[in-house]
Amino acid sequence: MTDTAAPAAQKSGPRISGAFHRLLAFSGLIALVVAFSLASPNFMQTQNILAILQATSVNGVLAIAATLVIITGGIDLSVGTLMTFCAVIAGVILTYLGLPLPLGVVGAILAGTVCGLISGTIIAKLKVPPFIATLGMMLILKGLSLVISGTRPIYFNDTPGFNQIALGSVVGQIIPAVPVPNGVMILFAVALIAAFVLGKTALGRYTFALGSNEEAVRLSGVNVDRWKIGVYALAGGIVGVAGVLIASRLNSAQPALGQGYELDAIAAVVIGGTSLSGGRGTVLGTLIGALIISVLANGLRILSVAQEWQTVVTGCIIILAVYADILRRRTL
Amino acid sequence: MAGHFAPASPADAAVPLANPPVPLVEMTDIDKSFPGVRALSRARFELKPGEVHALMGENGAGKSTLMKILSGVYTRDAGSVLLDGQPVDITSPRQAQSLGVGIIHQELALMRDLTAAQNIFIGREPRRFGILDEGQLNRDAAAIFASMNLKLEPTVKVETLTIAKQQMVEIAKALSYRSRVLIMDEPTAALNDAEIAELFTIINRLKAEGVGVVYISHKMDEIKRISDRVTVMRDGEYVGTVPAADTPIETIISMMVGRTLSNEALVIPNTADAPVALEVKNLNRGREIRDVSFAVKKGEILGFAGLMGAGRTEVARAIFGADRRESGEIWVHGKRVGIASPKDAVEAGIGYLSEDRKHFGLATGLDVRNNIALASLDRFTGLGGVLDEASMQKEAVGYIGQLSIKTPSDTQEARLLSGGNQQKVVIAKWLLRDCDILIFDEPTRGIDVGAKSEIYKLLNALAAEGKAIIVISSELPEVLRLSHRIAVMCEGRLTGMLPGGASQEEIMRLATQRQSSVAESATQRRTA
Repeated sequence: MTDTAAPAAQKSGPRISGAFHRLLAFSGLIALVVAFSLASPNFMQTQNILAILQATSVNGVLAIAATLVIITGGIDLSVGTLMTFCAVIAGVILTYLGLPLPLGVVGAILAGTVCGLISGTIIAKLKVPPFIATLGMMLILKGLSLVISGTRPIYFNDTPGFNQIALGSVVGQIIPAVPVPNGVMILFAVALIAAFVLGKTALGRYTFALGSNEEAVRLSGVNVDRWKIGVYALAGGIVGVAGVLIASRLNSAQPALGQGYELDAIAAVVIGGTSLSGGRGTVLGTLIGALIISVLANGLRILSVAQEWQTVVTGCIIILAVYADILRRRTL
Repeated sequence: MAGHFAPASPADAAVPLANPPVPLVEMTDIDKSFPGVRALSRARFELKPGEVHALMGENGAGKSTLMKILSGVYTRDAGSVLLDGQPVDITSPRQAQSLGVGIIHQELALMRDLTAAQNIFIGREPRRFGILDEGQLNRDAAAIFASMNLKLEPTVKVETLTIAKQQMVEIAKALSYRSRVLIMDEPTAALNDAEIAELFTIINRLKAEGVGVVYISHKMDEIKRISDRVTVMRDGEYVGTVPAADTPIETIISMMVGRTLSNEALVIPNTADAPVALEVKNLNRGREIRDVSFAVKKGEILGFAGLMGAGRTEVARAIFGADRRESGEIWVHGKRVGIASPKDAVEAGIGYLSEDRKHFGLATGLDVRNNIALASLDRFTGLGGVLDEASMQKEAVGYIGQLSIKTPSDTQEARLLSGGNQQKVVIAKWLLRDCDILIFDEPTRGIDVGAKSEIYKLLNALAAEGKAIIVISSELPEVLRLSHRIAVMCEGRLTGMLPGGASQEEIMRLATQRQSSVAESATQRRTA
């Protein structure tokens, strides 16, 4: 290493490293796709690829919500049951009250935002650790979903077009060859918006700053509580979108569903290179992480690997992904 | 380049002769590179038994890296390490311990919830029939404390101890490994004068027993008091070794910075007629702040002197709204302001630069640009909350030039800057926010000598521009050098307000003027 090269290398170091991890996750995804394509001719079919994307949409949206919270240095364990709660709210508005479809969608997203607001307030104002606060919210929302729905699924049979939100394909009407489901397009839209908020807005900047050093932000005269609550509320709203998506896909709100989804979401975030200690992470990485999980599940199913073993493999991938990140930081 | 990795081992050529004083430690031609940075280049260090050897150099000179190689935290790229004349390859802290090399880190590495004895013997607790033998543990610890002539209960919880006592526990831990080499990294950073004296007594006792002590510090007077020899490093290289007693401080400083520092006198503009910028009336909080009132004028630097725990930082944090206050009024530019949070203080134009930059000042993961903009993001926020990066960059680059912040670019991560430059980034943050009242808490802590005088000049320039500045410092020469007036505190009370030219003795008299005993006996009488 020559002296002249030293400052240049130091300067570009952090940015290269971020790109490197995305590259690593991305190469992992490509490697999986290639491997499954070689292993089975059924994998690389348009129908199958669309199915993978469709299967990613709900977890992808949830994982994006989790990414925002995790970058602040927090954690949100309630995304799974909050998603169900939002779906149930949509069911109440559309099926019980018989109101028009847009109101159901808005209501679900609003419910998510309000719940995020409540979690954020408990964390920021009452200083309850995020793990505990959202664990509590997770159970509260699970219970409320069952109470409100009377423990029975709410079907959307009276709202024609509701299941088109996720399953229909606006793209397919324009280009019949690639009928990308709306659910996937919604995932991409949410990703774009979240990436924009993180990268370009004050809320995004404070999200990273909070995860980097909350006390320094507070002592800079910033209303830390307000921004933190804002992040949780935004994440809640995004979870509301996921609630609409899953309800649309199932054409029903299943109140018993939801628990466990938060862990899939966190897994996608971690595989995507977001640091659980906060201050670092990308939406693109999370998207790739969510895709890796779906590709794995899909590919292993095509190869007739039992469901149980798919779970084992996903677990291994999570540990490998984080270990790769640790290796990278050690060698850097 | 290849030469550094060639197996250069002077050891196989130089079999130690019967030369009586074999050095305890001999490090020769040590190279160490990290990606993008060469930390050490042909560095050298020698330590004799029973010697206190100071290791000096500006931040980034490579002192800590060299000692981390000696204590097994890092492995060297090239060079040789000899212990008692025998070449050794220290590859882990554990191995260093077993070879008798102990290190006391700047940040104490104790488990706060365990007792002193449990801390000392962590990982090698005495057992009986597989069960921990607490009695033996405490007896062993007591024996070490006795050998250090230290009055400390082995069963006391570490979190209840003062920083100085915690340091003693660290030293006891190092000694329990029968360390013959003890590395101390800035051991007095958090100690008051009495505690420093206590530490030095113990160092002298260790010295008499033949232990070699490596003493890393920035404090020149301590180096002169405690050490036998001084080795100076600069930019990862060995500069020279000189006897501590006969070498003038100026010589050592010029070895460190590579040039002679002119200690130019402070230009003190007359601030007598200037309007008052900040006035604090009857500030109170528990035992920490007792009825503190003072005023700072525009263009004035008010120094705050006092011993550790006198309540100076507490006053600053209470004014800034970082901590709650029980009573007291704060007036800014003749208007009373309600300050309940740092946000209110910043809106009133008050900026606070914490003594602990890493924890309270910088968002170290963010880049320089965002740290400078951190308190002013609202100003760069346009429609829909979108940040105007171009203006942020323009402002950041402007301040990087104005304050001569040494950074490759405004997108460099703040944690990669040196202490002095990090401090300048925090200053830029408040200047960008248009704060005209700046509170500096230990502005040069952990900053090397060269950068110190630059920070001093900057503070003078800010005052000349009309900023009202409060400087809290535990280093008296710093307070005397900077301040137009000096406020002295003791045990939460403002014990005096002195003019800039006050003598150190006068300040110390006020800083030790205890009133609590009087007050407490009065309270007791009242309750009785």
